[in-house]
Amino acid sequence: MSDLPLIEVRDLRKQFGHVIALAGVSLRVHAGEVLCLLGDNGAGKSTLIKTLSGVHKPTEGEFLAEGKSVAFASPRDALDAGIATVYQDLAMIPLMSITRNFFMGREPAKGVWPFKRVDFRSCDDIVHDEMRRIGIDVRDPTQAVGTLSGGERQCVAIARAVYFGAKVLILDEPTSALGVAQTSMVLKYINQVRAKGLGVIFITHNVRHAYAVGDRFTVLNRGRTIADAAKREIGIDELQTLMAGGKELQEVSAELAGMV
Amino acid sequence: MATAPGKKPVHDERLTDISWLHRAMRRPELGAVGGLIVVILFFAATASATMFSVAGIMTVLRPAAELGIMSVTAALLMIGGEFDLSIGSMVAFAGLIFGVLLVNLHLPMILAVLGTLIMAGLFGALNGQLVIRTKLPSFIVTLAFLFILRGLSLVGLKLATGGNTILSGVAPAGKPGFADHLFSGDTLTGLFSWLTAHGMIATLPNGKPSVHGVPISVVWFVTITALATWVLLRTRFGNWIFASGGDANAARNSGVPVNRVKTILFVCTALSAALVAIITSLDTASTDALRGLQMEFEAIIAAVIGGCLLTGGYGSAIGAFFGALIFGTVEIGLTYTNFDSDWFQVFLGAMLLIAVMFNNAVRRRVTGER
Repeated sequence: MSDLPLIEVRDLRKQFGHVIALAGVSLRVHAGEVLCLLGDNGAGKSTLIKTLSGVHKPTEGEFLAEGKSVAFASPRDALDAGIATVYQDLAMIPLMSITRNFFMGREPAKGVWPFKRVDFRSCDDIVHDEMRRIGIDVRDPTQAVGTLSGGERQCVAIARAVYFGAKVLILDEPTSALGVAQTSMVLKYINQVRAKGLGVIFITHNVRHAYAVGDRFTVLNRGRTIADAAKREIGIDELQTLMAGGKELQEVSAELAGMV
Repeated sequence: MATAPGKKPVHDERLTDISWLHRAMRRPELGAVGGLIVVILFFAATASATMFSVAGIMTVLRPAAELGIMSVTAALLMIGGEFDLSIGSMVAFAGLIFGVLLVNLHLPMILAVLGTLIMAGLFGALNGQLVIRTKLPSFIVTLAFLFILRGLSLVGLKLATGGNTILSGVAPAGKPGFADHLFSGDTLTGLFSWLTAHGMIATLPNGKPSVHGVPISVVWFVTITALATWVLLRTRFGNWIFASGGDANAARNSGVPVNRVKTILFVCTALSAALVAIITSLDTASTDALRGLQMEFEAIIAAVIGGCLLTGGYGSAIGAFFGALIFGTVEIGLTYTNFDSDWFQVFLGAMLLIAVMFNNAVRRRVTGER
């Protein structure tokens, strides 16, 4: 783990007119580290992701990428700086093949205009190899993305970001719609991505999923960072409590005999 | 299906494992090819043998090509997620522009053609921009232009001819030049006279060959289909077409210039309509206000028979090619049979219905919709 964080934000604020969406958020993510961003609905997670990925500009606060202050004008800038975001809706098209989705918008063209073409066959091979590397057996990269399971789709989306040179991956609730087996597939892959030396910001509201792969935990509430701790400093129950903002959930949890 | 647990193949080269049949099943044009075979078999059984002579085939190909030029670009636009209902009226409107440039303004062929194409392209771009900026369904925007262009053609023709709705004399002035050969007449005439001389093409009673060559529209039809297929399957722009129609938002998030793609596609449909207008005007040496009537629907139906989904993101240019061939075969083929040729309309509707149901089933299969 190098000492210079890949991304660091300090006291980030974002206002939309009178609405204060972020009222001072700080976080850091290093290479080879999974930072879990926890928070209930409305805590400001989405705004924060969109600010980090260049969709929104922060109203105030510092935003450093590898120690240098940055101001992204568009998601493209963030992408160029190595910050890739995998949104919940995945930006995948079910009717298109895995390969065509994988390279969508970044198709490698060869030849001279007007004979510029894409060698989709070698693209198929690349996709096949990339997916096998992460343990997903894509029998046929020309099959439509719609035929993949939710977990596999998520992994294709992550693999795409990694392949195109992301240094920091922002994953927006990658496990929220998945079953148990699918979730473990995705979590396993997040683990692999970390081992490759990427920084990961893992957004979730499932504390168990977070605790399974996270190195650090940042908890947001009402647009503020209310906790920031390494794994050894904090327990899973404490995280749960922080995230839910206290009492209510504990009461429910007691009622349900600790099932939440 | 690829990930059934416990059923994973052990060896590595799985890419070649997919059976030929399975791959064929996944092609969008499968239905159209099957349909064409059925239609040909039907006419082989019912029509007189002259339908399948060289002359008969050329008679079938001509209307098929005129429709096909438009159905291929309509298919690209449909894959890109939009409709263009104005292309039928565009045939009349572009015919008017072409006729006026050639007949009233006495422009040389090449300039008249260029002028017509530019005008049509501008209307295509206008359609595209209106759809993009208003975010209205293209169905509505281009429906408006279906009427606007048809009306303009009527009004314009009356102005140009002093009250008529037919403009005649649309023919190259003087000796036909290179541009004329590009848009009118037949090709491969040498080959055809050779074939006639060797008795492979029937001759008319006066000793002339019954057919002179391949109509130029057929050459355009094949060329445009080949080009569209190459673009769709082998270029970045092709991938962007699929992406724009499949999910415009996801495409934008991935850096696809969706608006540019759609505008270009609208320009292409308008240009193809103008090309058909130029070819048919020269073919009949006239243009009239009813040119291209309902061709927008026929082009879309041919595209749908060819496997295009109404929802966009899926389809093929070759499919639209075969869709148009089915059209021409049935339209002309019925005249070679004892059936009333007005059965054509019934066939059209039935074919559309079957194609849409078939396509939906195929889509479910392809995407594993559960």
